[in-house]
Amino acid sequence: MGSMEHTVKAFDADIGQLRGLIAQMGGLAEQAIGAAMEALRLHDLEGARRIIDGDKRIDALEMEVEQLAVRIIALRAPLADDLREVVAALKIAGVVERIGDYAKNIAKRVPTIESHGEIEPLSVLPAMSVLAVQMVHDALDAFAARDAAAAEEVCARDRQVDDFYNSLFRVLVTHMMENPKTIGQVAQLLFVAKNLERVGDHATNVAEMVYFSATGTHMAERDRGPNSYLTPTA
Amino acid sequence: MNIPNQPKISAKRVSVYYGAKRAIDDVSLDFDERYVTALIGPSGCGKSTFLRTLNRMNDTVPNARVEGDITLDGEDIYDPSMDVVQLRARVGMVFQKPNPFPKSIFENVAYGPRIHGLAANKTQMAEIVEQSLRRAGLWDEVKDRLSDSGTALSGGQQQRLCIARAIAVDPEVILMDEPCSALDPIATAKIEELIHELNGRYAIVIVTHNMQQAARVSQRTAFFHLGTVVEYGATSDIFTNPRQERTKDYITGRYG
Repeated sequence: MGSMEHTVKAFDADIGQLRGLIAQMGGLAEQAIGAAMEALRLHDLEGARRIIDGDKRIDALEMEVEQLAVRIIALRAPLADDLREVVAALKIAGVVERIGDYAKNIAKRVPTIESHGEIEPLSVLPAMSVLAVQMVHDALDAFAARDAAAAEEVCARDRQVDDFYNSLFRVLVTHMMENPKTIGQVAQLLFVAKNLERVGDHATNVAEMVYFSATGTHMAERDRGPNSYLTPTA
Repeated sequence: MNIPNQPKISAKRVSVYYGAKRAIDDVSLDFDERYVTALIGPSGCGKSTFLRTLNRMNDTVPNARVEGDITLDGEDIYDPSMDVVQLRARVGMVFQKPNPFPKSIFENVAYGPRIHGLAANKTQMAEIVEQSLRRAGLWDEVKDRLSDSGTALSGGQQQRLCIARAIAVDPEVILMDEPCSALDPIATAKIEELIHELNGRYAIVIVTHNMQQAARVSQRTAFFHLGTVVEYGATSDIFTNPRQERTKDYITGRYG
């Protein structure tokens, strides 16, 4: 985005409002993931319920972003980097809404996982969640700063979350084999781990949109390597 | 940028002076006959002046002087042996304000073919007039009133009549200088539709202040600023991902 202001000042105000909404959504989604993991760790049913309710706020913000983006396209007919930014905001809002859904999904599993302390892998999940949430945070910071390099850096980190998931998968399967009576609960943890892995993927999607918005070109396809999360059965 | 091997019109190092003032400064552009090319830029940037050099309309402006080379199919259009009347039949022009002759609709279209001797008899002339009006998308609206005055038509119809008049002499290039700026949105849409239909049959060069119109109708866009071409390339690139900061500032509304 050029440093110069638009001749029509209201255009700048609209774009500023759009960025504000995305930042707000992102903040809520990050917070929801962190809070869901905390509720899971502490078996906090009340906290889990608050997260499930709170997702409505993220959904409402997504609608606001959609309406504002459509209004900007209709009234301002944005072009070049303005157009890319509005389209990116529209798509990012959809992705962030999805991240909010993953937080809600994790929160919904809280009542099914009681025996914290007994299930050792539960202590590893928060570390994975910190990584994934940090990716979301940094991808949205990159959007706010129109920083293509920061966006690339976020994408490079997706591999760490994938690796985390792969190793957790093995640990959880081992745990289930050794403690068959925990299979029900540990399977739930497996879903939680998968959700966090998806959060990392979505942060990567956001970063790719930020990159396109900032540069006008698509990021080169990353080489995921042989140890992809698609082959976690080793 | 995909510059064709054999441009229809080629401008090389063109400068235009009005007295001592240089309006166009060393502009080189090639126009492909397959494309609609849009010239955009702020008022006074020289895009209309440049357009007018392409069929020597500037000849009629006192103190105007053109330097550089402009060729049509490789032929120098400023060569002293060039017949300017013939040139303007090959390179037709449509102006900002519709300017039909104060004659009948039929005569407006028949005038060009008549002075260029394109019709051997009345039947042939009637055919040329009908075909031109059809190509301009006006035939169905005027076929029952060909003897009415051209000036009695609506603004949008007058503009399409002017396009029919340009088409009637079988041009190779059509220059349009803000052809829709005096028209309402429906008439504008009809002209844009017409440009789509004429695309491919004629090389079209259009000056427009309407950025969305340039993006809609053209395949190539040149951005003029202060008498020079800042950027020239595929329209889709210019409007989604311009290379030059000045182009971006202009098309996103940050100019000045």
